[in-house]
Amino acid sequence: MISIRNLNHRFGDWPVLHDINLELKEHRIALIGTNGSGKSTLARTLNGLLIPDQGEVLVDGVDVRRQPVEARRRVGFMFSDADSQIIMPTVAEDVGLGLRRFKYDKQRQREEVSRVLQRYGLERHAEHSAHLLSGGQKQMLALASVLVTQPKILICDEPTTLLDLHNVELFVETIRGLEQQVILLTHQLEIIEDFDRAIIIDQGRVWFDGAPLDAIARYKQLIRERRLKTSPVPREVAL
Amino acid sequence: MIGLYEPGHSWLHRLGTGWKFLALMLITTALSLTGSLYGQGAWLLFALALYPLAGLSLKHAWRTWLGLLPFFVVIIAVQWATASWQAGVWIASLMYIAVLIAGLLTLTTQVSAMLALFERLLLPLARFGVNPWKVSLVLALTIRCIPTVSRAVSISRDAWKARGLGRPSFRIITPVLVRLIRDSEAIGDAIAARGLERDPALDTPHETPLHTQEQSA
Repeated sequence: MISIRNLNHRFGDWPVLHDINLELKEHRIALIGTNGSGKSTLARTLNGLLIPDQGEVLVDGVDVRRQPVEARRRVGFMFSDADSQIIMPTVAEDVGLGLRRFKYDKQRQREEVSRVLQRYGLERHAEHSAHLLSGGQKQMLALASVLVTQPKILICDEPTTLLDLHNVELFVETIRGLEQQVILLTHQLEIIEDFDRAIIIDQGRVWFDGAPLDAIARYKQLIRERRLKTSPVPREVAL
Repeated sequence: MIGLYEPGHSWLHRLGTGWKFLALMLITTALSLTGSLYGQGAWLLFALALYPLAGLSLKHAWRTWLGLLPFFVVIIAVQWATASWQAGVWIASLMYIAVLIAGLLTLTTQVSAMLALFERLLLPLARFGVNPWKVSLVLALTIRCIPTVSRAVSISRDAWKARGLGRPSFRIITPVLVRLIRDSEAIGDAIAARGLERDPALDTPHETPLHTQEQSA
């Protein structure tokens, strides 16, 4: 469970998070909001990638500010660009890197890597260059490499942005089957309909917190209202 | 080294990384002590024969030759001008055979195995403050940055061409550098997010891996 209390953060003079207070305990939680709304900044504070100016984040009681490494052990993080998450040259080596902390012998390490690759449909690519995989395969590798470290919570920051429909469905299907608590940041609203909770972040604040279908309806309404307020671009300029 | 490892199960693939390193050092030392061109010819045949014996195509040796050819031309030309052409051929062939032998190591050894060897070799230096895990992570990241640089150049070059600006000039250096800085920040975040900024092997796992639990259930 993640507890967020009185969280505030600024980038220079620009306030990005205002007084966020949340208890995140549901199994699958969606964070939605426009570009620049502050949802990614909020997500990055949850595993200590960003230490907020004010307030505290507790992961199962572990203070992210005081024990960022321990917090990161508990909270896995996936980025939208899978390429940046790959560290080792081959698929099996990248997954194997995450197993280091379990201090397995060589044989056990091979077995574990093989099991994980099979689970995520990557067994045929074990010895292939990780950077030459397709976008969908890279994202599955990134997921496998994070999950192999056994985090209790998984944060996915727009992981499906660069994927085609088939891979989006595959990815969603995979995270549906996870035992871990999942916090998903996304712009693809249809994939969060069956989530347990959805939070809309707008201008650095919690704008709505409730059931996903309600959140989707409110969010669409918010976007419509905002579009009406914005004067349309003259046709001749747009062309 | 990104794409150099050739998966296989030959005797050379199975041989321990430490033994391969030792053999590389001994062979290159013996090679440098070989004074005659005939002796070098024998070493060249030996190095070339190892490729098929390790289940590797000779096209690797050919690619190595093509890659080094400009250096050979310069070396032989300089040696001819200052000493003799035989000296130039001797140095060039020494270089080619050494790279061929080193290539056998990189083609049959996974990067993770080499990093594990470096870590073991650096372990005695830990008492002097050297962190073997960090050194091997830096080596891994150096290797890992090759496709990152290549991708940054390729994207900036394509963006330049897409705007109809003709052949990319030195002006793509700035966008390439900006992209590389952004990519390196992302890689740094990924390392931190995976808990790799310090040696994970030093931490005691707080619980049994979930997939192991699933298996036993």
